[in-house]
Amino acid sequence: MAHHHTTPTLNELVSGVADRLKTAGTGFYLMVFVSLCMVLVATGLGLMTMFKGHEAYYNVYREVPWGILIAAYVFFVVTSTGLCLVSSIGHVFGVKDFMPIAKRSVFLSIATILSGFFVIAFEIKIPWKMAIYNVISPNLTSNIWWMGTLYGIYLAFMFAEYIFLLLDKHRPAVICGFSGSVAGIAAHSNLGAVFGLLMGREYWQGPYMPIYFIASAMMTGCAVIILFHILGHKVNNEQMTPDMQRALEVTTKIGILLITVILFFTTWKLIAGAAGQPGGAWPIVHSEVVGHHAFIFWFFEILMGMAGPLVLFILSKGRDMKLMLIASVSMVIGIFVMRYNLVYLGQALPVYYSLGVNEFKEMLNYFPSIYEWIITAGGFGLTALLFLIGEKVFDGHKVEEH
Amino acid sequence: MNTDKDFSSLKNEGLENVSNQERRDFLKMGLAITGIFAGGTLFSAVSTFSRAHASDFAKKYPYKPHYSMVMQQHRCIDCERCMEACAATNNVPNRPGNYRTTILEKETPDAIGGKLEFIPVLCNQCNLPQCTRVCPTKATYKDKTTGIVLMDTKKCIGCLTCQLGCPYNARYFDEKNRHAVDKCNFCWDTRISKGEKDTACAQACPADVRIFGDLSNQEDRIFKIVHQIERPVWVLRPESGTRPNVFYTKG
Repeated sequence: MAHHHTTPTLNELVSGVADRLKTAGTGFYLMVFVSLCMVLVATGLGLMTMFKGHEAYYNVYREVPWGILIAAYVFFVVTSTGLCLVSSIGHVFGVKDFMPIAKRSVFLSIATILSGFFVIAFEIKIPWKMAIYNVISPNLTSNIWWMGTLYGIYLAFMFAEYIFLLLDKHRPAVICGFSGSVAGIAAHSNLGAVFGLLMGREYWQGPYMPIYFIASAMMTGCAVIILFHILGHKVNNEQMTPDMQRALEVTTKIGILLITVILFFTTWKLIAGAAGQPGGAWPIVHSEVVGHHAFIFWFFEILMGMAGPLVLFILSKGRDMKLMLIASVSMVIGIFVMRYNLVYLGQALPVYYSLGVNEFKEMLNYFPSIYEWIITAGGFGLTALLFLIGEKVFDGHKVEEH
Repeated sequence: MNTDKDFSSLKNEGLENVSNQERRDFLKMGLAITGIFAGGTLFSAVSTFSRAHASDFAKKYPYKPHYSMVMQQHRCIDCERCMEACAATNNVPNRPGNYRTTILEKETPDAIGGKLEFIPVLCNQCNLPQCTRVCPTKATYKDKTTGIVLMDTKKCIGCLTCQLGCPYNARYFDEKNRHAVDKCNFCWDTRISKGEKDTACAQACPADVRIFGDLSNQEDRIFKIVHQIERPVWVLRPESGTRPNVFYTKG
């Protein structure tokens, strides 16, 4: 066996993993158990709804066909793309300060996109047909087709990149990382275009969506990188190295920048939907800012998702881990609701609203059913489960010094 | 100069001398030219087309036969026989939100006379359909001969993007019979392809609201209704740019 002298043998690797699992505390196993249960329950219920028909279990309906499961899917793929893009600053584009976050971020970008696929599998009515007809009957004008295909390519590159990072093969890892970033940007902007290119849905329509999606992915990426690196060190009961602290400090700075970018985007989106009161957007913007959706918008999307974390990040100076942990948790919750708002509000105005008919005089309501909530929670459970297992199997995703 | 003088020397005939018929014709002409219609949903380009532009129609109506429908909206009394005939003919499940066609109700409380209108709606078989563009698997497509937007149910993955892309709320997911998105196809599989001349809804309508026909045929009744300038002709939601093939008229 021609092993490099620093490369451990398979036996050493296995016994290392076994040791780490043995020494893990009860808390760790409790969290693994809880997240595993979330995944299993969601899988069971998801399969049941798939075979018995979504109609009886989900609260989506003819006029609002996309609900919280689409929002969750968007959230997870936004997160994955963000992890990929922010971490690529270091290990693909060579900014040394960002190097220490590479491995865990790439691993988590795989975990989160798998969680996205997990959730969407229970949202699409006949997911197995997608695997067949996306290949044999592709529609090249469809953003959904491009998004699905490009995310498939993205996932393959991220897998390859992570394996090369594990094997410490720097050059192929950079090539895969770069290709993954390109595929991720293409895929993610196509997801934005799924919404943005729907004519007659004025709230979504235009080039705003693809651009917003990319910027918002990077903002989300910063939040989850900070969150999972702090959590990772807690799970492994380890002190952060100065290099890692420095990496989180610069990630916080990028995070501050991106929050202001998204606040700027959101401000103009609202002004554009209010100035001149465009028929297809104004009623939505009105309900978002002062109407029946205002609390959800201001409290979750603005305060928890952006304004609060912005203040906390600034106060933390990128060094106060407690503040950064609170800020990133708040951001994850806020950003999830942000996705929900985006998906729901775009559908909330009936297509026949402007006709003034009795059937469609009001905005359309939607609130997820318990089944939709549980499957959404299952997506979070899957990310948590993969994160926890990843910490032990890959020994805290340590990056070797070169 | 000369004309001015002639004009100023003309005697005022007075409005009281204009007959009711003349007033009506004048108003009608104004309506047809400016295309005024409450709600601002007029498609005046079509109503001002005349036979002089006949050579343009082939481009405009690229299918042969170019199936389309006109709704004589003022005649609809909301008896819903069209909806029943549609469901029975096309195996539409009797579940909430499952329908291919429906009738919307519009109130105009400050109108003089009748205050209620009924607006039948269905798939507009658009010339630039959104639904077919967004479908990832070509499960929905525009038939190259007739222009009807059809479903290839076996390819439908149920992502429902077509439902969101449709500006007419014309699609629903059929969980009972088809396990695919379903929509109006002008009774293509159940009637028209078998030689019937009318869709089930048009045939069932007792008030001659729904007129089904071939817009590429200048002798067809529907062609004549769409290409006159006496009565306004419009389409729903023209701003979404899908170039629908369901027209509305009244008066």
